[in-house]
Amino acid sequence: MKAEIRVALVGNPNTGKSTLFNALTGLNQKIGNFPGVTVDKKTGFCPLPDGRRAEIIDLPGTYSLYPKSKDESIVFSVLAEKGSDLSPDLVVVILDATNLKRNLLLYTQVADLKIPIIIALNMMDMARKAGIDIDVNLLAKRLGVPVVPISARKEQGIDDLKKLIAYANQIPLQTDSIYVNALAPALIDDITEEIGASSPYFALQLAHQHEHLKFLTTEQSNRIEELEKKHSFHSQKAQAAETIARYNYINDVLYDTVQTPQTAHEESLSNRIDHILTHKVFGFIIFMMVLLFMFQSIFAWSAYPMSLIENSFVWAEGALRDILPPGPVADLLVDGVVAGLSGVLVFIPQIAILFAFISILEDTGYMSRVTFMMDKIMRKVGLNGKSVVPLIGGFACAVPSIMSTRTIENWKDRMITIMVTPLVACSARLPVYTLLIALVVPNKNIWWIFNLQGLALTGMYVLSLVSAVLVAFVMKFVLKARERGYFIMELPVYRMPRWRNVGLSMFERSKTFVLQAGKVIIAVSVILWVLSSYGPGKRFEKIEQKYSQPQFTQSMTADSLKRVISTEKLENSYAGVLGHVIEPVIKPLGFDWKIGIALITSFAAREVFVGTMATIYSVEGDADRIDSVQDKMRKARNPNTGQPAFTLAVAFSLMMFYAFAMQCASTVAVVYRETKNWRWPAAQFAYMTVLAYTMAFLAYHLLK
Amino acid sequence: MTLEQLEVGETGIVKEFTDLEMSVKLMEMGCLPGEAIKVSRVAPLGDPIAIHVSGYQLSLRRFEASTIVLQ
Repeated sequence: MKAEIRVALVGNPNTGKSTLFNALTGLNQKIGNFPGVTVDKKTGFCPLPDGRRAEIIDLPGTYSLYPKSKDESIVFSVLAEKGSDLSPDLVVVILDATNLKRNLLLYTQVADLKIPIIIALNMMDMARKAGIDIDVNLLAKRLGVPVVPISARKEQGIDDLKKLIAYANQIPLQTDSIYVNALAPALIDDITEEIGASSPYFALQLAHQHEHLKFLTTEQSNRIEELEKKHSFHSQKAQAAETIARYNYINDVLYDTVQTPQTAHEESLSNRIDHILTHKVFGFIIFMMVLLFMFQSIFAWSAYPMSLIENSFVWAEGALRDILPPGPVADLLVDGVVAGLSGVLVFIPQIAILFAFISILEDTGYMSRVTFMMDKIMRKVGLNGKSVVPLIGGFACAVPSIMSTRTIENWKDRMITIMVTPLVACSARLPVYTLLIALVVPNKNIWWIFNLQGLALTGMYVLSLVSAVLVAFVMKFVLKARERGYFIMELPVYRMPRWRNVGLSMFERSKTFVLQAGKVIIAVSVILWVLSSYGPGKRFEKIEQKYSQPQFTQSMTADSLKRVISTEKLENSYAGVLGHVIEPVIKPLGFDWKIGIALITSFAAREVFVGTMATIYSVEGDADRIDSVQDKMRKARNPNTGQPAFTLAVAFSLMMFYAFAMQCASTVAVVYRETKNWRWPAAQFAYMTVLAYTMAFLAYHLLK
Repeated sequence: MTLEQLEVGETGIVKEFTDLEMSVKLMEMGCLPGEAIKVSRVAPLGDPIAIHVSGYQLSLRRFEASTIVLQ
């Protein structure tokens, strides 16, 4: 699908850029990576009124072309690299009409790169409500570019914007903002002459950013460095002078195009909400309540859809057994594939609900208040207010959360955040916890409203946060700082969440979970089934022979004989042998070789645990009776004592192990990708394994 | 007098900065010489603070606020 025109969306954070992107492209979008860097690249196609199609690239939100973080650094390179398959023919700069002044800074920078440009003036309705009066036509005349008022949220003005994109000029017509050459006259001339630059501002940006630009050769970059020395160019001083000049220009432009009232209405409402939500006492109580409500809801609301999914799989297993002739094929399908599949699909309700909450918290602006409230505590333990977002995101999944640490500008803060994020109880641990808690914690209410199981789960989540904070505190003293940290962050006005965005995020995340984790889980389930159904050498035949002797066939009923045979077979299968090999190591934790199998397979991904348990206990149980995993585990007995295999001590020891161990191949991969050094994921794996073993050991011996 | 010394609800006009690196970031966010800044609230634990500047709310740490000299 080739597009006739390529359009880049540029704008400040919180201006509704993603909402505009969704409105332009609908479901016609995909998420990829920018070449060479791990920054999410959202692209999509948009049909234009003249029949052509535009490719829309959503660039990361930024306040200026001078990057503060890894994400932001992509913006200038995409706009600057000529002739690449990303370089835009046209830039749509989206401006927040309620805050034009600060938004225009980025516009003037992009405009000075001399790329054809259109302004989409978003949130016009809110500006009007706040009493801000904008003369759109005069603004367009002053800047020399088309300006279209839109409301991305209400999908107003989108058609006008599409028309403007279709009939846009192919040459830049914007008026010059500031006299760029005055900032570094000789240097700009030299760079333009020797390296080549399409505009004076482009040359100046090369001087500032040449070290990070991949499209420059090493010689070019070194030459720019020499020229800077020759003309004694000071990057920060030049930036300061440029910013002041730009704001002077912006003030001139806004002087007779925008009338702002003294106190804005909308903002005072936001202020009143802030009084409560960031209150000394209520602020923290509300935050705790929000977290508690979130986890109680995950439990309560997902119960019905989960049992629905579970029951339909129990039914499907039965139906398959009836249809298929008994034999290895039926066993593989029912005990391997279907059991594994049900282990994946059953968690969709929980994951969808969790992501709905996170998306609402971010959309409303509450997440940045949490950052604001927590910065001081977080700094004490070596983190940063901005670490709160990855840590809370870690409740969903460590992989996107570790990627989101790119917004943390400070290297040390970012590294510590990456190191501790996998400790936060992610959604993959949720199935393990829910299964084990349901198994050993009674489903009772205390104090009328708190469910014991819900409390146990909340406890596991609180423990995960506390341990992340403690480990961060230790690392604060281990790591050395590379630069000064700072915390200058916008507190956006409170807004209603955009339900369409929430819905899209629920859908996208669940889909990713099923496709990414699902593949691993089903593959592991099938491999496991093979490993647990076949054994080395002639062991299986010997077992069959042993139990066909009259002393067994006469003294035992057919049913119990069958069970004894299958148990002995499992113990002698490849999986059983493997489990036995590691049993001495995990015995102090209260685990037997069956749990050992689950621990081994879980190092690919934690949620595999449930599927593994299902497979192991299906193989062991007799095939006529089909139970859910939970029932299978409840009925499991310790062959030596005859007691239930899953006691309180074993279950909590297991939960501790899952809470602290780095059992996720994807996280290891993403930590390497983000740190570009194997030492980080290796160190992380090592410290987490040691912690996991110690905590599980303590839990088992204290509860035994 | 610096921004850090203002109480909640008080307003000051930016005069200059004592830290070049910080000033580049602050100015991009709209804290420019001549601009009025109002302290709108303090985080529950006393740091950071939230200020109202050029039509929106910005949060920054006390140390960062101390680099902004007021008129």
